[in-house]
Amino acid sequence: MDTQKYVIKQISIFSENRPGRLAAIAHALGEEKVNILAFSIAEANGFGVVRALVDHPQKAHDKLQSLGFNIAFTDVIAVKMQDKPGGLFEVAKILGDAGINIEYSYAYSGKDGAVLILRVDQVEDAIMKIKKSGATLLERSVFH
Amino acid sequence: MVLWDPRIEEMPKADLQIRQYKLLKSLVYRLYSFSPFYHDRMKEQNVHPDDIRELSDVRKLPFMFKRDLRDNYPDKIFTATKEELVRYHVSSGTTGKPTVVGYTQNDLDLWTTSLARGLTSIGLGRGDVIQVSYGYGLFTGGLGMHYGAERIGATVLPTSVGNTERQIELMQDLGATAIACTPSYLLHIGEVAEKMGINIQKDTKLRTGILGAEPWTERMRTRIEDWLGIKAYDIYGTSELSGPMFTECAEQKGFHIWSDLALVEIIDPKTEEPLEAGERGELTITILQKEALPMIRYRIGDISSMEDEVCPCGRTHPRIQRIQGRVDDMLIIRGINVFPSQIEYALMGIPDVGQHFQIIVERKGALDDMLVRVELSKGSFSDKINDLMQIRQNVEHRLRNSLNVNVDVELVEPGSLPRFEGKSKKVIDKRSL
Repeated sequence: MDTQKYVIKQISIFSENRPGRLAAIAHALGEEKVNILAFSIAEANGFGVVRALVDHPQKAHDKLQSLGFNIAFTDVIAVKMQDKPGGLFEVAKILGDAGINIEYSYAYSGKDGAVLILRVDQVEDAIMKIKKSGATLLERSVFH
Repeated sequence: MVLWDPRIEEMPKADLQIRQYKLLKSLVYRLYSFSPFYHDRMKEQNVHPDDIRELSDVRKLPFMFKRDLRDNYPDKIFTATKEELVRYHVSSGTTGKPTVVGYTQNDLDLWTTSLARGLTSIGLGRGDVIQVSYGYGLFTGGLGMHYGAERIGATVLPTSVGNTERQIELMQDLGATAIACTPSYLLHIGEVAEKMGINIQKDTKLRTGILGAEPWTERMRTRIEDWLGIKAYDIYGTSELSGPMFTECAEQKGFHIWSDLALVEIIDPKTEEPLEAGERGELTITILQKEALPMIRYRIGDISSMEDEVCPCGRTHPRIQRIQGRVDDMLIIRGINVFPSQIEYALMGIPDVGQHFQIIVERKGALDDMLVRVELSKGSFSDKINDLMQIRQNVEHRLRNSLNVNVDVELVEPGSLPRFEGKSKKVIDKRSL
């Protein structure tokens, strides 16, 4: 099975925890006409990591890097959820039953339904298991 | 191997000491007779020039301090007439009033000679292009290096500090083979060059750095050498001694202090007793042939140790080790002595963080609190918070082990800590004492 088409490039940006950092990132992406499809911030004491799915990851990467940001690509996968009560439970149960360990996750609910974005240890393995369980994985081409 | 002045540089130690003794004796006689300042000092100490009967009798003489120059601002203790002076330099005076130093033509010649010997000892000479990126002007760094480099027949590229992009263009276009600047400015040049898409190692002819005017460490040397593909040599001096004066030789094992120009002692800063070779203490220097502003047993406040064995390069003059801190830079955190250089040394061993750092000291309640801000290296960024926390804990752990005091560490974005073109100010002490 071609698992690669389900691997999505997320951009991850190291950011100090001080006012204006998110604005600086968002402004740079706006200038490059990069659209943010989903994003989350993870914070620790004094610093944070901004994670985002964008329509042009390479363009976003290059722009932010040129501005001095510490930025990396991370492979994530996206699982379609039902946008109704119990939707998350269905997917979470599948993942749990399949023994997939989630590093972190975030979700968005858009016009085509709800999506759960997952960062897992073994991407290929997870893709196979999720496919087998009958859940729907979104292809990379949906995002970029 | 090429020597600038083989007769002096390889002179047997015994002969050098006889020479030093004669120079010291005539200096003391001259000052006792012609300098009211030094005459009074010797009287207070109850010492007469006749008491100087051998070299070690230098210990009978009174010390001089920076404050002697400040208290006698601008030129009250000069021992040359206005007509004899050919130049002034003025020190930056970050702590209090600036100090003024004056030079006769002979003073400038000996300063230049000292540098000519040093630059030759690291293999520079005719055909080299030496980019002098120390500040030109009142600071001694720029003009001192300039004349030293010209003396050995090298071509000088007098860029001074600032306008870094242009410095890099000129380095490339004119084929600079050596650069003289502060180590932090060279790091800055390296970073700016990378941003410009220029690889110092591949795209320039640079192979030597003559770095000084601020403390740095052996690990920083390794980092600079590996990163930029050059040999980095330490240089030492202060305006009171003339300016940058003493460099390492190609062996990179400490600065050669030319015995015919300077007499070095390492003393215990508290007891003022002389220390053995290899022991760490306060550097005390007598400049033996200075005319306009003689400095006797001058306590610079730098901490170092001395090595008196003949150097593998063949030069017989003693060497002092890399400066390991300043008597007055020392931070006291919860009663423990901490030198910023120790922090730098510890950080250089951790590839996850960059070479720049900032120390912030505050008092929280009754306790001192030290925060060290470090830049997360580009290659070490992990998307996982846990990995980043791990890096931070590791840095805290390493610092605590080497300093014996608890340290908080903050990871900051690369390039976000202030860069300094002159002496770096890495400590912000917010304690109201």
